[in-house]
Amino acid sequence: MSTFWSVWVIVIVLGTIFGCAWLLLATRKGQTNDTETENTTGHSYDGIEEYDNPLPKWWFYLYLGTCVFALGYLALYPGLGNYEGLLGWTSTNQWEAEVQEAEEKYGPIYAQFGETAIPELAQNEDAMKIGQRLFANNCSVCHGTAARGQVGFPNLTDDDWLWGGEPEQILHTLVNGRQGNMTPKGVMPNMTNEQVDQVVNYVLSFSGREKEAEAAEAGAAVFAQACAACHGADGKGMHAVGAPNLTDDIWLYGSTYEWIKETVVNGRQNQMPAQKGRLTDDQIHILAAYVYSLSN
Amino acid sequence: MSTVNANLTYNYKVVRQFAIMTVVWGIVGMALGVLIAAQLVWPSLNLDLPFTHFGRLRPLHTNAVIFGFGGSALFATSYYVVQRTCQARLISDGLAAFTFWGWQAILLSAVITLPMGLTSTKEYAELEWPIDIAITIVWVTYALVFFGTITKRSTPHIYVANWFYGGFILTVAMLHIFNNMALPATAFKSYSAYAGVTDAMMQWWYGHNAVGFYLTAGFLGMMYYFVPKQAERPVYSYRLSIVHFWALIATYVWAGGHHLHYSALPDWAQTAGMVMSLILLAPSWGGMINGMMTLSGAWHKLRTDPILRFLVVSLSFYGMSTFEGPMMAIKTVNALSHNTDWTIGHVHAGALGWVAMISIGSIYHLIPKLWGLKEMYSTSLINVHFWLATVGTVLYIAAMWVNGIMQGLMWRAVNEDGTLTYSFVEALEASYPGYLVRFIGGATFLTGMLIMAYNVYMTVRQKESAAVNNAATQAA
Repeated sequence: MSTFWSVWVIVIVLGTIFGCAWLLLATRKGQTNDTETENTTGHSYDGIEEYDNPLPKWWFYLYLGTCVFALGYLALYPGLGNYEGLLGWTSTNQWEAEVQEAEEKYGPIYAQFGETAIPELAQNEDAMKIGQRLFANNCSVCHGTAARGQVGFPNLTDDDWLWGGEPEQILHTLVNGRQGNMTPKGVMPNMTNEQVDQVVNYVLSFSGREKEAEAAEAGAAVFAQACAACHGADGKGMHAVGAPNLTDDIWLYGSTYEWIKETVVNGRQNQMPAQKGRLTDDQIHILAAYVYSLSN
Repeated sequence: MSTVNANLTYNYKVVRQFAIMTVVWGIVGMALGVLIAAQLVWPSLNLDLPFTHFGRLRPLHTNAVIFGFGGSALFATSYYVVQRTCQARLISDGLAAFTFWGWQAILLSAVITLPMGLTSTKEYAELEWPIDIAITIVWVTYALVFFGTITKRSTPHIYVANWFYGGFILTVAMLHIFNNMALPATAFKSYSAYAGVTDAMMQWWYGHNAVGFYLTAGFLGMMYYFVPKQAERPVYSYRLSIVHFWALIATYVWAGGHHLHYSALPDWAQTAGMVMSLILLAPSWGGMINGMMTLSGAWHKLRTDPILRFLVVSLSFYGMSTFEGPMMAIKTVNALSHNTDWTIGHVHAGALGWVAMISIGSIYHLIPKLWGLKEMYSTSLINVHFWLATVGTVLYIAAMWVNGIMQGLMWRAVNEDGTLTYSFVEALEASYPGYLVRFIGGATFLTGMLIMAYNVYMTVRQKESAAVNNAATQAA
């Protein structure tokens, strides 16, 4: 803050504290009695009188003590405008020190597994216990404590992968995150309602659940034009763009005619947040092994 | 100087109206509190309807108890005390009536708009801008009536109770206006005039002083009249009242920063908020001591007078929660207590133990006087109410202490590899027994309020058959 505001803050903070202390001392100095008295101030309000008793001693010292403490605290910690305090403390450096301390304490626990290859690490019981805790802390809010996912958040235990299940692919997903984007009506923005119905039936036919065989048949052409670019001509999906396999009856969103129609018409946006910087490289390595272990 | 002017009559009508509404809003607000406490134990009580959802009823609960129950008690007692201690009738009966009907209309609009989800989202200041303007108009009128009456007083000095009422009225006007500065977008939607951490600081400058001035200074005014009156003893120390009054109002306005420890609020403002909160301990206790010591020489009255018991126990809870508050304002303690149920327990130690009990005691003192009767319909029912209120409060705050400290410890517990031991849901699950005890405590307190309503009804009805003339009422 500017010098003006700094001075302003100092003046009003110290002014309040010294003002309180002055009020206390001045009132005590003006006392007519040192001990309890039966004398009143001579006023009466609706029959209520007031004794001219002194300030209780213990209370006086308690009050003075808090004022002295406040001044001492303000000398040590930042409170008076731009003055930094004798201890050089800030909430930022307290946080940094705590993070550093945690890294020194816990870092080696993770580092011992940092060089082990992921498939091998997935067999390590100690590492997987840690992996499970990391998963519970960082992943379970979306993917569930049992990693079985929920609508919009993939099940990680079924060996069905949007972006690939090889160790390197899982690691990439964790480190950089993923942006899943299905555009409305695929790459065919002028898809008619009839064509929507046809393509939905066609997608349902992959798992043998089409409502109308005729529509499903007609949908093949629509699929080739609108969807195949990402989901492949055979509907088996493409890991490179996170396009799901549509033939295995595993659904990220709902599997009914209505759900799939909703997906086709309005598209889907999905995001897996990047963990790089949130977790250390060693932690992400263990987490990747844990996720790998769920399907292998 | 304690002369009573025989030709003087006081405006008791507005006091009676507010006294009755204190009981009514007390029941409404506390019943809502019991309902939302039950929703935390049995979530299906949300009824899957938007306007019965916890998120909408919780602000209605706080508004109804603070502004409905607390507000009506403050209006009733301040109008009564200012007239009697100044020996002057309210400056304008019309304006006083306007504050009554205006305030009730505002409360009614809260009952309608908050369940509809119309909210500015600022805690204890949720009401939208048209209602905020109405509050400002009624509040300024209240200030005119109160200070106007003081200017035409026939006593040479202003009694200490009126300092506290006056400080409360002025500061609440300032807090309300500045925190609610907003740009209206539609009839019931507005955007705060402040952004980011400035908005947060304004909100907690307001929020903590809603506690400090609305729920403390105003009720200290009540204490300074009704405690010496009911105990029939002089106030313990005039000097103490001077020091603690000025120190209280000077330091309370600083304390809001402690709601934003370890946030984006600059460090200096957090530090200032913390040290001022610590200094606040002594001025707060000054009020407690002055009330408690006023009873010295009258302790035996506690055996027979449940009204005095309400007043004394309220002072004990006041002393306890104003010790707890500065402790919780210390950064290290706050790091544990923040966002836990401990905060809710602390607030209710003040709200139930202090604010509600001093109001209940004062209203019990007031009702017979206002209707020209010797005493309440049933003293033993006051006693039953006293025990229900005390037990209810203790159950409530003990449950929240246990829950709060447990939550704070569970949230920060880590495994040997530094990962968190408990998920949020596990801490929530562990809180259920406490939520049940809190519900029972709240329901117990509410039961006491229903008994009070019956007792007040029987007292007022009794008056109608007794027909005492107004002048005799007022000389008492």
